[in-house]
Amino acid sequence: MPATAADAVIRYIIRRLLATVLLLFIVSIITFAIFFLVPRLAGATADDLASRYVGKTADAETVRQMADKLGFHDPLYVQYGRFVKSVVLGADYSVGPTTMHCPAPCFGYSFITQNPVWPDLVDRMRVTMSLAAGAAVIWLLAGVATGVLSALRKGSVFDRAAMGTALAGVSLPIFFTGLLSLSIFAYKLRWFPPGGSFTPITEDPIQWAYDLTLPWITLAFLNAAAYARLTRAGMLETMNEDYIRTARAKGLPERTVVVKHGLRSALTPITTIFGLDLGILLGGAVLTESTYSLPGIGKYAIDAIVNNDLPKVLGVVMVGSFFIIIANLIVDLLYAVIDPRVRLA
Amino acid sequence: MSRRPAVAAAALGAALIMVLASCNKGPDAPGPTTQNPEFNAAVGKVFKPSDVKGGTLRMANSGDWDSLDPADTYYGFSWDFIRFYGRALVMFAPKPGPDGNKLIPDLAESLGTPSDGAKTWTYKIRKNLKFEDGTPITSKDVKYGVERALDKETFPNGPTYFNDFLDLQGYTSPYKDPSPDKLGLKAIETPDDNTIVFHLKAPFSGFDYFAMLPATIPVPASKDTGTKYKEHVISSGPYMFETNNLQKNFTLVRNPNWDPATDPNRKALPDRIEVALNVNADDIDNRLLSGDLDVDVAGTGVQPATQGKLLADANLKKNADTAALARLWYTSINSDVAPLDNIHCRKAVLFATDHEGYQRAYGGSTGGDIATNMMPPLVPGFAKVDLYNFESKKNGDLDSAKTELQQCGQPNGFETNMSYRAERPKEKALAESLQQSLARVGIKLTLRPFPQGDYFKLYAGKPQYARDNKLGLMSNGWGADWPDGFGFLQQIVDSRVIRESGGNTNLTVKIPDVDRMLDEALQTTDTAAREKIWSQIDKRVMEEAVVLPGIWAKVLLYRPPTLTNVFVSDGLGGYYEFVQMGVKQ
Repeated sequence: MPATAADAVIRYIIRRLLATVLLLFIVSIITFAIFFLVPRLAGATADDLASRYVGKTADAETVRQMADKLGFHDPLYVQYGRFVKSVVLGADYSVGPTTMHCPAPCFGYSFITQNPVWPDLVDRMRVTMSLAAGAAVIWLLAGVATGVLSALRKGSVFDRAAMGTALAGVSLPIFFTGLLSLSIFAYKLRWFPPGGSFTPITEDPIQWAYDLTLPWITLAFLNAAAYARLTRAGMLETMNEDYIRTARAKGLPERTVVVKHGLRSALTPITTIFGLDLGILLGGAVLTESTYSLPGIGKYAIDAIVNNDLPKVLGVVMVGSFFIIIANLIVDLLYAVIDPRVRLA
Repeated sequence: MSRRPAVAAAALGAALIMVLASCNKGPDAPGPTTQNPEFNAAVGKVFKPSDVKGGTLRMANSGDWDSLDPADTYYGFSWDFIRFYGRALVMFAPKPGPDGNKLIPDLAESLGTPSDGAKTWTYKIRKNLKFEDGTPITSKDVKYGVERALDKETFPNGPTYFNDFLDLQGYTSPYKDPSPDKLGLKAIETPDDNTIVFHLKAPFSGFDYFAMLPATIPVPASKDTGTKYKEHVISSGPYMFETNNLQKNFTLVRNPNWDPATDPNRKALPDRIEVALNVNADDIDNRLLSGDLDVDVAGTGVQPATQGKLLADANLKKNADTAALARLWYTSINSDVAPLDNIHCRKAVLFATDHEGYQRAYGGSTGGDIATNMMPPLVPGFAKVDLYNFESKKNGDLDSAKTELQQCGQPNGFETNMSYRAERPKEKALAESLQQSLARVGIKLTLRPFPQGDYFKLYAGKPQYARDNKLGLMSNGWGADWPDGFGFLQQIVDSRVIRESGGNTNLTVKIPDVDRMLDEALQTTDTAAREKIWSQIDKRVMEEAVVLPGIWAKVLLYRPPTLTNVFVSDGLGGYYEFVQMGVKQ
């Protein structure tokens, strides 16, 4: 790549990363406002908010003390400033006999579990990333391959069977296919481990893959179906283009025509949707994690919402937003690689 | 010699042994036992009694603990489970049936000795007790455990009985205690390492129940890490933590410094206990049925899909138990909201209710029995009171309801609101059932769902909100902290526990007679006399018609064939007794 082109790419990435920081800042303000400002506007007092985090027989004094401890009596900008400070500089929290330092980016301190949020998020991210990465590989390969073959053999038995299966994949919810898979493959046939099994890849890569095989397949089944249908539609459209006819007329092998000219063009929309799907998934595969009892970001988010644990919710939203923004950036960069007509501006 | 007399003799002998076994009522006897897998085999008797040690007890929870810290836990299953790794002064007898309701000494040598008219309670602690690290357990460790449980800023979840009853004299927390040993609380004395004396603000005859609370589990001050202590609680029981991955799973292994000679109450059969957290509830049921799991820790019963499967399949049903709980599902009737400030309008609601409809909303007879009054049958002192013909007129007594409406000055009925928790389908079904049944006499209900998390804190448990928003009926439920009149009734009938700040289960019972009787019961040390007062309170509340009792709850539990020595504990309010369980080898 010429120096000027490389500079342009670097400038583009820096510009996008700065925009990412700004976007995350805006997202954090909106999320903070939803959870801290809106209840105030609806009439909730600091003590009302704190009453969610005390025992069921707490008296007014205990509620007030808890509101003090959680800083609910402070003006909202002070509370938000404290949150930002915890992200940038870390924060100190009383654990009873001593004070604990939570290093940056701390993301606050859970009102319920009384643990800093960031270490929890990092721990949960390992699970979610493992789940998302494996499933993404499967659904992308299976979905695209099925879509291409279906398009090339339009109307064949394979095409009809593949599209029928794809329709089922899109229609069946994960909590159904997941529980069914566990029931048959884990508890009856005992081919796979029970729900909740997870081994970090750093400890044992084979066990990691074995533990996640069923969740991967379940999650991939849903997405592969959608990708197969998208790829098939894209390929059918592309293969009728003039340049495909030209390529064939030039005497290029059919494989080259299909892969290099047909698929490459059909992949552009697939890449877009893949980036978004992966980004969303990295922010938490809620249903798959809940069904398979995997301690990922999605399960963490559900528990946080059920328990009104606002710092956790805020943390999950920030992480989810980050992944979606980054995934989109990568997709935009990939456009230039996949489609020579696209140039970064 | 023919075989017949020999067979008959053998059969007679076997029958005699079985009869003797089932009648074994000695002080250390486990109670009635059975080997037959059948429906309710573990209710009122020990199923598959065993003393065989070894194996791994596999447990799972669809949620998580509020905390593993004895100072910070209020979940029923947690109070059951905590006895694996902690010993309180007193515990419920680990026996099936009503015997399980009796308190027995655990860390203490005997139950408490009252003095000063039940304002002072003294316990002697057993000798040769040790923590998991071999450090001796003394009365000071028990005192420290109670002291830290008083600190509701650090440990918000636990009950507040010690805060409410001890003569604290301003003491709030050992973390703010200027004394060097952090044992500055004057309400608890430890004259020697084996004696602990509690001083109360007012007499309380049932203090042994407080001594049963996890807060009396000893905590070594030198190992206390405040909110982090839950990550590694120092064991005083038969098991200690090997691993603890918060919110995911933890493992208990045998505590080498637990001496069975100091603990006649626990069999401690498994070698290892594994607990998985936040497991999908339907998956838990699948695993129980497939033998991949031994116990659902939460003890809230199987999911609806599994319930249908269990009850329809005789082979599965024989491994199921339906346990009665010390829990009442009920509806509060708010006398602060007109026209329910008139007792006749309140009585009209009670008469017009379709009680079978109420029961159906909670899952039919599997979900519980129709309640005629507040205290569930499991609570000692229970006496049935049926002032409004619930039993004889299960679908409502409409004539009596209309008569009451006439006397109330609302002959054509009236309108009011009913609140329920939006996330609970059973409460929604109940609200709809009441809406239909009360409409038969012209009482029109407008249903008001509220989010479960804030239901009591901000809405139905907050007096101002309930008044301002005219919540006439409020869906409610209450489980006893322990099966005793005080443990069940105090929080739901004592008008003095109503806090304007919200969080109240009781908003509607404000009867001076009841408050007076509660105080009288607290000073009555004679158990029978005290239990009589509980039933009188129950009747008095029903006379005022401020509560519509719905269902005395039951729960359908699955008991995998992998378990031995398993039974439902009445004392623990319908949970399987965890500390006696074994696993098939």
